[in-house]
Amino acid sequence: MQGYIIRRVLYAIVSLILLSITIFSLVRITGDPAVLMAEPGAKEEDLQAIRREFGLDKPIVLQYFVFAKNLLKGDFGKSIYYRIPALDLYIQRLPASILLATVAMTISLLIGIPVGIFSAVRVNTWFDNFGKIFAILGLSLPSFWVGLILILTLSVYLNWLPSSGAESWKSLIMPAFSLGWVFTAAHMRLARSAMLEVLGSEYIKLARIKGLSERLVILKHAFKNAVIPVLTLAGINLVLMVNVAVVVESVFAWPGVGRLLFEGISFRDFPVVQTTLLMGGVMFVGVNLIVDILYAYIDPRIRYGN
Amino acid sequence: METSQAVATGDTFAAQSFELTRWRKVALVLQRVPIFPLLILATLIFTAAAADFLAPHNPEVGNLRYRYRPPVWQDKGSWEYVLGTDHMGRDILSRLIFGARISLLVGVTASIFAGTLGTTLGIMSGFRGGWVDQVIMRLTDAWLALPGVTFAILFAVLMQPGKWNIILILGLVYWTRYARVIRGEVLSLKERDYVRLATVAGCSRAKIMWTHILPNVANSAIVIATLQIGVSIITEATLSFLGVGVAPPEPAWGLMLAEGKSGLMAGYWWLSVLPGLCIMLVVLAANLLGDWFRVWSDPQLRQL
Repeated sequence: MQGYIIRRVLYAIVSLILLSITIFSLVRITGDPAVLMAEPGAKEEDLQAIRREFGLDKPIVLQYFVFAKNLLKGDFGKSIYYRIPALDLYIQRLPASILLATVAMTISLLIGIPVGIFSAVRVNTWFDNFGKIFAILGLSLPSFWVGLILILTLSVYLNWLPSSGAESWKSLIMPAFSLGWVFTAAHMRLARSAMLEVLGSEYIKLARIKGLSERLVILKHAFKNAVIPVLTLAGINLVLMVNVAVVVESVFAWPGVGRLLFEGISFRDFPVVQTTLLMGGVMFVGVNLIVDILYAYIDPRIRYGN
Repeated sequence: METSQAVATGDTFAAQSFELTRWRKVALVLQRVPIFPLLILATLIFTAAAADFLAPHNPEVGNLRYRYRPPVWQDKGSWEYVLGTDHMGRDILSRLIFGARISLLVGVTASIFAGTLGTTLGIMSGFRGGWVDQVIMRLTDAWLALPGVTFAILFAVLMQPGKWNIILILGLVYWTRYARVIRGEVLSLKERDYVRLATVAGCSRAKIMWTHILPNVANSAIVIATLQIGVSIITEATLSFLGVGVAPPEPAWGLMLAEGKSGLMAGYWWLSVLPGLCIMLVVLAANLLGDWFRVWSDPQLRQL
């Protein structure tokens, strides 16, 4: 187990190093990093100062080590627009994003799991077919379009909900639904296939042979095991939500890290863009690592195989 | 006499029933061909190809006197601008028609590019093994450390906007899915007898990869590519929506959504609803086709 954990942690570290190398080289291939870090229209002396500060006048390999050292110290550069460290900005905005992602996740689980489970129990009925159509629609609709349609109906025509901002819980409803929409479809699909698999297994047959009522078989024996894979995926998806919310947050002007990324793009504020993406990568790799280790803890076959 | 006749009729009967089952099989396959998605994709291809003839107006030049005209069935709508006009007085219908060209180009080309890159790397990784495998797989891990959309945004911020750059970006972002799947298949394929035989017979590694491995993984690659078309189109729309995708004034559907957003509060619904509907229909069609193809190409799932 220890060996497995050490190997996984090493893989995660290698992933992060490769990610930082990728971002580092991309920035250098596509242009002058000093120009990206400086204010628009900066003078040559300012550019020189930035080159000295970030070690851009040194050989390329050395530059990477300076870049990596700064990252490890938590120095991600200063926001050009807000004039404060980009990492501070990110941390300021993170709670709003986590709140939005949590509500969106709750919605997607509360709809996705029951519908998926019930589709599997009533497989190939009209309900199941309806569920399939809903799932494929969910995967085909861009989340920002769902957001625009919600604004159009609920804010413009019906005037029920505010179209943007974060003043009250009412502002949370529409962004959470647009963000949760795709994930609802994904969770539904997974719950359905997991439940189908469980229903075909030996211990469910045994429970039926024992003469348990269908209701008891499904609720007590099948349900729990079918929900496990969905909840595992939900853990990873929660982090994914924080990172893909950029469009939804910019549609609804929700003050999270996605909106921060959008501002970074619009204001050409590269340090902010870089910080948001790197932090997203760190969170994503971290969660994957935790899930891998938990899996190995639960399932010995993973620990000893490979 | 009687017996031979019986045998003869028996034979014809057997032959007939064989014919019947064969025709039935063809009919079954035809029945299972997904008409709805093929119809939508055919319309898309036709629209994209004939955009110059179909579009009633220039999609990039508008008449500022006719801004925010509603579609024809609403008050103040006219047949001149069937689906209304946008904030610059450009015809929505014409923009949608030319937008089909961009979406199709981006969706298909990006999938082919990503597929070629990912399949090549996947075959190399699985077949060569050793350090080649390690490097490619660790690179795949690093690539997957960022969600596709986020990665695409990073690329797009650093590069100049434009549809060819978007295709390049989508290819560079989405090759990992192919590499992972194909590598797994190659790992089992290379242990098969016919591959070993080819090695014994003195085939070069390149020859084995090209003639013996590639045809056997092509199916999976095509399935992923079909499903990937929808992802590419949505990602392109997202990038254009964020302002780092296709550059204005080109009529990309995602760009139209972004431009239509400002008219939303004033109730100019057609600016946002119509391009989104187009994206939805095309992505839906690509997903349905991909799902169908996945089931069709896998005998275990086919159950025909």
